[in-house]
Amino acid sequence: MAAGNESDARRTTVQRKSEREVVVTRTFDAPARLVFEAWSRPELFRKWWVPRSMGMTLRSCEMDVRTGGGYRLVFGDDPANTMAFFGKYLEVVPNERIVWTNEEGGDGGSVTTVTFEERDGRTLLVLSELYPTKEALDAAGTGAQDAMHETFGQLDELLAELAAR
Amino acid sequence: MVQYSPERLNASFAALADATRRGVLDELARGDASITALAGKFGMTLTGMKKHVGVLELAGLVTTEKVGRVRTCRIGPGRLEEEMEWIARYRRVWDARFEALDGVIDELKREEKARGRRKRK
Repeated sequence: MAAGNESDARRTTVQRKSEREVVVTRTFDAPARLVFEAWSRPELFRKWWVPRSMGMTLRSCEMDVRTGGGYRLVFGDDPANTMAFFGKYLEVVPNERIVWTNEEGGDGGSVTTVTFEERDGRTLLVLSELYPTKEALDAAGTGAQDAMHETFGQLDELLAELAAR
Repeated sequence: MVQYSPERLNASFAALADATRRGVLDELARGDASITALAGKFGMTLTGMKKHVGVLELAGLVTTEKVGRVRTCRIGPGRLEEEMEWIARYRRVWDARFEALDGVIDELKREEKARGRRKRK
């Protein structure tokens, strides 16, 4: 399928490499410095990080993308009911690599490594999430799903309220 | 909605986490084989291979049957559907993110190009 080649190259692949690690790959049609830029400048990062289908509002996005720096993402429509994701950047090599921790989950937190490999003007992105235990990884898998259910549930409630007016 | 049983998922992902066991599955996909034949193929002791096959059997990926003195292994009933769904769910989140990232990157590329043109003038 000739028409499928372009989309195949851009296809997101996910592999569970071991009990504790998931690896995601994707190719971007741009040099590594641009992919890194979109990943490291908060005003750009917030434009793409939250999948629209998840229906979550990113209230604030603080990122200090350098080795030893930290980040904090706060989600939620209602100021009284927010959810924060935060952690530290363990290693940042501009245009090549970002490694960060995910600390909101306590001991179950993962370490994420993203590498950008440029080849002929395109960039292969490899993202690895390493969890301390296989239980933590299994929980993270369903966690995203639960969060979506919760968000849609809240939306349902809101719509019902609006309809009742 | 697919029903996940964590024990089964753990068992099959654990089984698949080992290169030899993935190799054994590949081999059995081509045809049934005895444990002795598998041990020979993977340069392993009979006991070592028995352990690997046991892990695959627990995960439902392989079944074994003793015929006379030989234990024959074949691909089991585990169709990896739950495992595929677990991974697909993960991928949907990243797919959505990366599509949006494509948009941001295209914008950056246009900006860069525009800057380049201005410089040349």
